[in-house]
Amino acid sequence: MTIDAQTFAGQRSHDEAFSAVNKEQLQRRHQIGKVFELLSIASIMVGMLFLIVLLVDVFIDALPWLRPQLFTEFPSRFPERAGLRSALQGTLWLISLTALFSFPIGIGAAIYLEEYAPKNWFTQFIEVNIANLAGVPSIIYGLLGLGLFVRSFGLGRTLMAGALTMALLVMPVVIVASREAIRAVPSSIRQAAYGLGATRWQVVWSHVLPMSFGGILTGTILALSRAIGETAPLITIGALTFIAFDPRGPFDIFTVLPIQIFNWVSLPQKEFHDLAAAGIVVLLVVLLSMNALAIYLRSRFQQRW
Amino acid sequence: MAVTKLAPQGIERGSLSASKRQRAAGESAIQMVLFLCAVVSIGTTLGIIYVLLQETVLFFQQVSPLEFFGDTRWTPLFASQRFGVWPLVVGTVLVAAGAMVVALPLGLLAAIYLSEYASDRMRRTLKPILEILAGIPTVVYGYFALTFVTPLLKQIFPQTQTFNALSASIVMGIMILPTVASISEDALSAVPRSLREAAFGLGATRFEVATRIVVPAALSGISAAFILAISRAIGETMIVAIAAGQQPKITLNPLESIETMTAYIVQVSLGDTPHQSLAYKTIFAVGMLLFVMTFGLNLVSHWITRRFREVYE
Repeated sequence: MTIDAQTFAGQRSHDEAFSAVNKEQLQRRHQIGKVFELLSIASIMVGMLFLIVLLVDVFIDALPWLRPQLFTEFPSRFPERAGLRSALQGTLWLISLTALFSFPIGIGAAIYLEEYAPKNWFTQFIEVNIANLAGVPSIIYGLLGLGLFVRSFGLGRTLMAGALTMALLVMPVVIVASREAIRAVPSSIRQAAYGLGATRWQVVWSHVLPMSFGGILTGTILALSRAIGETAPLITIGALTFIAFDPRGPFDIFTVLPIQIFNWVSLPQKEFHDLAAAGIVVLLVVLLSMNALAIYLRSRFQQRW
Repeated sequence: MAVTKLAPQGIERGSLSASKRQRAAGESAIQMVLFLCAVVSIGTTLGIIYVLLQETVLFFQQVSPLEFFGDTRWTPLFASQRFGVWPLVVGTVLVAAGAMVVALPLGLLAAIYLSEYASDRMRRTLKPILEILAGIPTVVYGYFALTFVTPLLKQIFPQTQTFNALSASIVMGIMILPTVASISEDALSAVPRSLREAAFGLGATRFEVATRIVVPAALSGISAAFILAISRAIGETMIVAIAAGQQPKITLNPLESIETMTAYIVQVSLGDTPHQSLAYKTIFAVGMLLFVMTFGLNLVSHWITRRFREVYE
């Protein structure tokens, strides 16, 4: 009995000692966990903070220059007389032409891959190729445009050459987005149409396309908004920076917003840097409204099955 | 009578099969057009390779590859032309490495937070904000690097040059952060719940589950994200063209002005370089090297995703 009690007491003190050590260790493990959690929150906050500082800094620099002349004046050697008129028009032209080329071809390719393509090595080759194209640096597309459109096709440094280059650049994004939208259409709808004797194209044209149109449009607008901000490929094909006239057609030389911004940033005077900030505000507003449009279209056309 | 009865039937059958044939022809024509749309992407790749190769071959007829890969001076725009590409490569790697130092830890930690700690609501607010970072044009980042980050660096390190690798690196790292975070987060979220629950059941803390179970299980996806990020950093143009300078030199000091491969292409493109000149051909040779480097990295990234993917259930 006494032995029993002794062993029991010994056991208990051993347990207590053990659990004290254990508790301490557990506490330490939880402390490490807490530190880690704070660290990971901090890293995501670095990104947010950076974004806020960037936007505020740009806006403060831009504020004195956000005036009507910014939109009505051509570029100039004098900051007080310089504006974005030709750059804004150039961007509008370039994006419209880029959409004109990339939209039909991109959607056509997406329809082919989703609805027609047989499962063979060639289809797979096309898919891998599209994935790889999406990873090619944009400046390489600029070299392609320079060698192919500007030189070989003899288009010169025109809007046309720029738009064709941009169309190739955004094509992978358009294709991927359109494929996702097409894939979201349930196959029961296709089966129903086939069951009524529709041909493949009739199924695509009257059922799959109308139903996926919202998704395709959203994806394409987001792809185009990427093209609006692209600078490097257009510099490479030699888009001029000093354009003091309105572009009249697709075969005129041109400048666009990001190139005008780049041009002003590379000048040494502080006034031009602030002018560049004003250009950035305009560019960001254009991008923001395109994204808002995409979000609106997505909710407007969203279908649930 | 039998004849009159037969005749319209015959006509009808004929016209039916004619319209059927027409329809089939229309169908295959449409299929052909769609196929050609898909082939445009292959044409793009071939076009890139053709254009780069053509000018690169012309370049190497005038400059020996031994000089290109062996010399350590890059001065094609000066009177005494030297064509050693190493200064551009070192500049590119220096900036990219700096960007990775920023983007990899921050991106991975952000991904772990989003996937392992954040509530659903938190995740739905934070992810779109990170995506805004990814959507900002690179010329804007360049402006910020030159007019905000560089003056800040000058206050900390007075010897900082106006154009320097460090400021471009930092800003590029933040630009790439969302890419790393979003791809890594996809990989982390794909790890099945049962693995986490088993670890929790054995008494592991959240930190231990994240670092010893989830991250190792998602390692292939995370490394693919890292390699993709390196490839993007090497190909990034506007930030380095604006903030890192135009002085090709071999240095590991990030406070000095350097020149990357992409910045060199921009520099030549801005100048009035004649079409047939050797300087014009250099941008294609440099572009070819850039294309091969990024293409190789992208292939490795794809390969890792396929080869080492852990498939659950």
